[in-house]
This record gives sequence, C-alpha cells and structure tokens, in this order.
Amino acid sequence: MTSTILEMRDITKTFPGVKALSNVNLSVEEGEIHAVVGENGAGKSTLMKVLSGVYPSGTYDGQIIFQGQECHFKGIHDSEHKGIVIIHQELALVPMLSIAENIFLGNERARHGVIDWDANEARTAELLKKVGLREDPKTLITHIGVGKQQLVEIAKALSKEVKLLILDEPTASLSEKDSQALLDLLLEFKRQGMTSILISHKLNEVNRVADKVTVIRDGRTIETLPRKEISEDRIITSMVGRSLDDRYPPREPNIGDVIFEVKDWSVYHPIHAERQVIKSIDLKVRKGEVVGIAGLMGAGRTEFAMSLFGRSYGRRISGEVLLNGKPVDLSTVGKAVQNGVAYVTEDRKTYGLNLIDHIKHNVTLANLGGVSSGGVIDDMREMSVANDYRKKTNIRASSVYQLTGNLSGGNQQKVVLSKWLFADPEVLILDEPTRGIDVGAKYEIYTIIARLAAEGKAIIVISSEMPELLGITDRIYVMNEGRIVGEMAASDASQEKIMRAIVRGEGKAS
Amino acid sequence: MSTDSAPAPQSGTAEDVKQGSRVAVSALTTNLREYGLIIALIVIMLFFQYTTSGTLFKPVNLSNLVQQNSFIIVMALGMLLVIVAGYIDLSVGSVAGFIGALAAMMMVIWPLGIFSNPLVVSIVCLIVGGLIGAAQGYWIAYHRIPSFIVTLAGMLIFRGICQALLGGGSSVGPLPDSFKALSSGFIPDVIGPLTLIPPTVNAAGKTILGSGLTLHMTTVVLGLIAVLAYAYFGFRTRRKRELHGYEAEPFTLFVIKTLVGSALALFLVFQFATYRGLPIVLLVMGVLISLFVFVTKRMTIGRRIYAMGGNAKAAQLSGINTERLTLWVFVNMGVLSALGGLIIAARLGQAVPAAGLGSELDVIAAVFIGGASAMGGVGQVIGAVVGGFIMGVMNNGMSIMGVNVDWQQVVKGLVLLGAVIFDVYNKNKA
Repeated sequence: MTSTILEMRDITKTFPGVKALSNVNLSVEEGEIHAVVGENGAGKSTLMKVLSGVYPSGTYDGQIIFQGQECHFKGIHDSEHKGIVIIHQELALVPMLSIAENIFLGNERARHGVIDWDANEARTAELLKKVGLREDPKTLITHIGVGKQQLVEIAKALSKEVKLLILDEPTASLSEKDSQALLDLLLEFKRQGMTSILISHKLNEVNRVADKVTVIRDGRTIETLPRKEISEDRIITSMVGRSLDDRYPPREPNIGDVIFEVKDWSVYHPIHAERQVIKSIDLKVRKGEVVGIAGLMGAGRTEFAMSLFGRSYGRRISGEVLLNGKPVDLSTVGKAVQNGVAYVTEDRKTYGLNLIDHIKHNVTLANLGGVSSGGVIDDMREMSVANDYRKKTNIRASSVYQLTGNLSGGNQQKVVLSKWLFADPEVLILDEPTRGIDVGAKYEIYTIIARLAAEGKAIIVISSEMPELLGITDRIYVMNEGRIVGEMAASDASQEKIMRAIVRGEGKAS
Repeated sequence: MSTDSAPAPQSGTAEDVKQGSRVAVSALTTNLREYGLIIALIVIMLFFQYTTSGTLFKPVNLSNLVQQNSFIIVMALGMLLVIVAGYIDLSVGSVAGFIGALAAMMMVIWPLGIFSNPLVVSIVCLIVGGLIGAAQGYWIAYHRIPSFIVTLAGMLIFRGICQALLGGGSSVGPLPDSFKALSSGFIPDVIGPLTLIPPTVNAAGKTILGSGLTLHMTTVVLGLIAVLAYAYFGFRTRRKRELHGYEAEPFTLFVIKTLVGSALALFLVFQFATYRGLPIVLLVMGVLISLFVFVTKRMTIGRRIYAMGGNAKAAQLSGINTERLTLWVFVNMGVLSALGGLIIAARLGQAVPAAGLGSELDVIAAVFIGGASAMGGVGQVIGAVVGGFIMGVMNNGMSIMGVNVDWQQVVKGLVLLGAVIFDVYNKNKA
C-alpha cells in the first residue's frame, strides 16, 4: 500500500581526520513517521545535513533518491524546492520580527518587490490554525514561548508545501505538555498523509509516535526496527551495543578523602527567571578520583559546572561548596582559580582560547602571576613554561608562536588543558574534553587525565559519550533535567544502566 | 626598548650556508611586513622632502611638526589600548577641548590663588580627565552599553560644556608663559652650546641669521644616551634569548636594523640640536611612548587587555576581571585626552571653543593606519605612533606644498583606506 519516498544509499561523509558517516542507509516510506535515534555524535545530524543539502552534493559519497529521482542538492534551497524541509534543534527565527514576517522571510508574497501584508497575514492565520497555534500573526517571536516558536517553525515548513518534514530533537527544549501537543500534531499530519523523520533520543516519544526506528551508532546504520519490534529496551541495546576495547589507558586508582563537595546547589535561568535549571544537586569528589557526569544534551551539566565556576552561568544561585571540608568562595572566576578550581570549557573556540594569539600567551593566561613579578612578565620564564607544557601535553605545532586559531581541534584542546594545568588546580572540571577530536588525540587526553588523578587531583569529567565515562572514571553521576538521577561506581555501571537512569528520570522530573 | 615580539618560527641551528641564507630571507620578509609601516613613513618623508625642496627636514619645521602633532600621538597611545580592548572612544577631541577650557578658566579667570599655578592646574586637569574616563568607562564596563554610544554622548556633552565654560564663542587667554612651555618650550641647555662653525658676519658687522653651526649640547648628549640605550637593550635581549636557546633573527639583520634605527634617530637629534634643542613636548611624548611599549609588551595588565580584545569570554573564564580592566582602559584614555587638551591649549596660548574639534578622527585613524584591528586584540604602540606621524607628515608636507585643505582630507582618507586594505590583504595571504 505504501511506496518509498526517500532512499539514502551508502552515504559516507568524512571530515578532516574523522569519518562521520560510513555507508549509512535509510529508507523512508511515504506517509510514515520514521524515527532516527542514536547517541550524541552518532551522526544523526550529519546525515540530515547531507539530506537537506547543507553539505552539498559532491562533499559526500552515496546516493539520495527522493520520489524516485536521484537528487544532487547544492544547498538548502534545492532540497526545499523538492519539498524536504528541516527544522533544526536551534530555532532559526528572528526574534524581533512578527510571526508572519518570520514565516514568509525570504519567501514574501509580493508584487514588484512590494510586500502584500494582507495576503501574508491571511495565509499565516491559516497556517497557524493548522498547527493549532492561537496567536495574532503580528505578534513578535520574542513575545511567545519556545513551545509556540517550535509551532511557528512547523507552520513555516508548511508554507513551503512540504512533502518530507524533518524534525531534529524538536522537544529538547519543550515542557512535557508542549511536547505532547507537538507529538499529537505529528500524528495529525500523518493522518493527512505527510511523511516525517523524527530525530530524538527521548525513547518514550519515539515509542509513542514512530512507525519505524533506524538506529545509528558511530556513523553506521545498525538496524531498522518495524513498529511491532519497537521497545525501549530493544532500542537501548541497539544504541549502545558496542564493546569496550583498549581505547582507554590503564590506571590504578589511588583514591583518598573527599576534597570537593557541593551541597544543595540550585540555579535559575539567566533570562527566564522562573525556570530552575539546576535543582538542588549534591556531589562529592575524592582526592585522586575521576568522577563522571553522564546525561544527554540539555541535561544541565554545563550549566551546573559553569555556575560553580565563578557563577559564570545563571541567576539566584544557592548552595554551598566545600573544599577540604571548609566552605569556599567561588563567586568570581578569579576566586575560583585562586582557590584551586579550574573549568575546561566544552566550547574551546568561544570560551577557551584567544584564537588570534599564539600558544605561549594562551598557556599562561590563567596564571600570569606565575610568570611575572610586580606585574612585569618575565619573557624567558614564560617561554620555558610554554615549551614545557607543549612537551607535557604533546601539542603538535611548529613552535609556541603558532596561532591557536591554526591548530587542529585536538591540539587546541591540549592548549586549553595546558592553560589550566599551569594554573595548578586541586579540582579540575573537564566539560566534554574530547568533543570533536580524533581518536589518537582522545587517547592522549585520557592519558593526561589519568596522570592528573595519579598526582592526587580531584577530577570531574562531563561527557555525552558513555563509553568514555565508563572507560576513564571511577564513579558516575547521571544527570537529567537539572537533577542527579543516579549515582553508580564505574565498575557496576553499564551504558544500559545509565540510559535507564536517564529515561526513568525523564518521567520523574516533570 | 625591545621591539621584537614574534620571531619567525625557525630554529637558529642552520648548518649549511644555503639553509642559513634561506632563514635570512624568510626573516627579512617577516620583518619587512613588520617594519613596512616605518618604511612607509620614511618614503612619505622623503617624498615631501623632495616636493617641498628640502623644507620638511629643516630644524624649524621638524620642531613645528612635533609640536603640531604631539597631542594626536599622546591620545593615540590611549586609543590604541581602547581599540585593542575591543572598544572605541569618540569623545577624546571634546574632552581635550573641555580640559583646555577648564585649564584656561582656572589659570586666567577664576580667582583661585595658589591653585591657579600652572602645575597645580595641570595635575587637577589630568585627574578630571581620569574621572571623565571613569564615568564613561563605568557604563561601558558594568552596564555593557556599547562604547560607540556612550562616547558619542560624551563627545556631545563635553563639547557643549567646553563652549559653555568659555561663555559662548569667545576664547580665554593669554595663558602664562610657563604653561605654554609645555608645547612651545625647549629643554634648557644645561651643558652649554658648542659652536662648530662661527656664524658669518656681514660687512655691516651683523651676524647673518641661520648661518654658522651651533649645537645644543644637552640635546646631543640626551640623544646619544637614548641611542646607546636602544642598542644596548636590543643587544642584551638578544643575548638573553640566545643563552636560553631561542634564536630570533640573523645577526646581520639585527645589526642593520639597529644601525639604521640609530642613524635615523641621530640625524633627527642633530637637526634639533642645530635649532633650539629638543622640544619639551617631544621629551614628554618619548617618555610616554616608552612607558606604553613597556606596559603592552611586558606587563600583565597589557597582556590582559590583548586577551580581552581577542576573546572577552575566554579572558573572563581565565579569571580576568574584564569589567575592571575596561574601566581602567577608559580612565587611562581620559587622562591622556586631558594631557592632549593641555598640549593644545599650551600651543595656542589660549583656550578656544573649537580646540580639538574633529581630532578624535585623526587619533582613531592613526591607530588603524598603525595596524590595529577594528575587532580588537591586535595592535602595537609603535604602529599607532608611526601612524600618527604619517598623518602629521602628510598634513605638514601638503600644507607647505600649498595643497588645499579640502584635498588634504581626501588624501588622508585614501591613505587610511589603503593602509587597512594592505593589512587585510597581508593577513589573508599569510
């Protein structure tokens, strides 16, 4: 009764040094809701970018066949022309324009360049009715909530006569109620005959609406499950089912007393003052211990770490931090650094490095006092420090005078690490320390972490890659929606256990 | 003063001659880019020396050149830090005008007794300048109001106060001679002049003005000390680097660089010495330039300003108090604007409502010609100073040539655009 609307065959996409997708196959039937699931970084979004032409034809290998025709999309415009519309996780609306202006942005109903606002607004009202959003088309985007903004995005997609709607983590930032409404809308579209692809890691949602599930892991298609075989357990096993080999350096944990303790830590959103982002977290780290924080994107892990580190995130922060049993003031970054706490950001380019300056100046930035006296920098001392850390962390560069903007991701990460190692902290918080770097560099970073633990530092590793946490930590906290929803020794933990804690925590939190 | 910051990334262990010469060539091209600006200044000077039939380098004209442009360069030092930090300050010309008016009122009109002493007035004015900088910096640093807007407001406000203080359109003067010396004075010759060639005496028994050759010895001695210090510190830094195993540039290049720099400096010193010696304002400027080179290259506060301009978020997350740093950058700018205002008033001998009008644009242009980036994080003190002199020499040279003021502006605009295009082109090529 159905025919295949989309077929992606043997899609392979490589970035310098990384194979993001290898021989991925995806086949979508007309009129179904097809879920694509996988861990963060498994390649889901890359696959969708290939499909929508963000990565133009020629930059990948493989075939895309849409409605029986082979397609070579040169850009988003081409794929939208064919009726493939993607709604990204980060909404692409202009906040200070109205709903109608956003829906017809770049596609305005106009005669000789003069916009016919009445036509636009009338059509907008129609579209809003379809998606069940009761707002005036003239309302500014900034005045409506995220859930409604998501609906505007969908209305915008409908305005383009969409044949295949792709939703990338559509409910990631929605409340439970808004999520349910959105899923209902998807089901309604299905009744009207529309095809959609739903990318999600919320398995209960997938379970509820999907007709088929394709699991992607490490850039490969693992399997496609038909409706009757879909169950959370089945998907979890498929999502994480890979073996742990010797991708992690061996280490002998030598764990001492608790040196870092966080009590009842709560944080509110910096803009939406009523939204509590971190909900009374308790956490302990011992000397020489590597503690992991697992969780999905948006669980609040980065927000938690940054609010600890000099209140760099959030408002109305409450709670207590103890260092070696004594309360410690971390209210500014300067104080945090002085008291021996360091935070290595997940976003090294935006928050970690001065990309237009060279390695030497970046390495000493967090501890200029260590290479100067009376405010005057000792050039020679700085030079030996920079060279020393370049050797210690194995930064591959022609000299310490190379601009950090010209280094590879792995080497940039080593520069950021060097900066914080030179600040000599007792407690080191590493946020996604291996994001976007190749396997070899990952191993080097793990080795550095193991060495620091052996030196008696307390280390917190935030990571979305569960095998990584299982491989390098001693104990794992699981976070979801701003809470700690699980704690386990790494030796008892498994990816299934962590996933279960997250999935179970999801229901509890709402 | 050491000026070599980023040596070419090659080791100095070149064994064979072939590799050695390749290293030299590569070092030369790196340095050519670095010193391109100074070479451009020299070319421009030679051009005007030729087109003005030798007037440009005449001792009298050199003194004029320095006195006319010193306030631009003094303010450019502050502006460099502002721009490197990632901001802009449009108010400097108005602040300078206001401070000039304030100084004149304090010295000439208001009955302040001992407080109308030029030295006291100058100190008070510098403090007021710092307070103005703090007032503007406060909004920029702690309330994140764009510096363009805050200082645009400041530009209007302080020009208005300047005119109001002077009571409408009138000027206030004359200012005391001891104050005017700041701009038009020369350092006293404590050693005494040395006559090399006695002046010619004509038949009537009168000496012919400008004939003969008498040297202002204090100037000569100071100049020699400065040049020797320059060579000594350059050599010492180089030795220190060598001892630690870091080699920068081939020895010959270093020697040529030092010799050319010294020769140029000695030539200028000699020209000043044949006239009335070093202008006081040149000495003030020299001290300030050295101070700012030191602060930007060697001090932690300088490093932090560059880091903040390069990536403010990363700087903040490295424990740098970016708010306080921003405030200080603007306080510094305020003090230097005040000094600029005092220099203008001292040169004119009176305070006028239009003092410093439009000079913010010359100051900003000097910094950008000097290679600073409008995005922040990039720029050198020496660059801004050379940029200021390029503007000054062009003003001066074209005036002597009799080029119409309107066309002078056109040429200056083209030079600014050309310099920045050249910079961007170079960066993309690198």
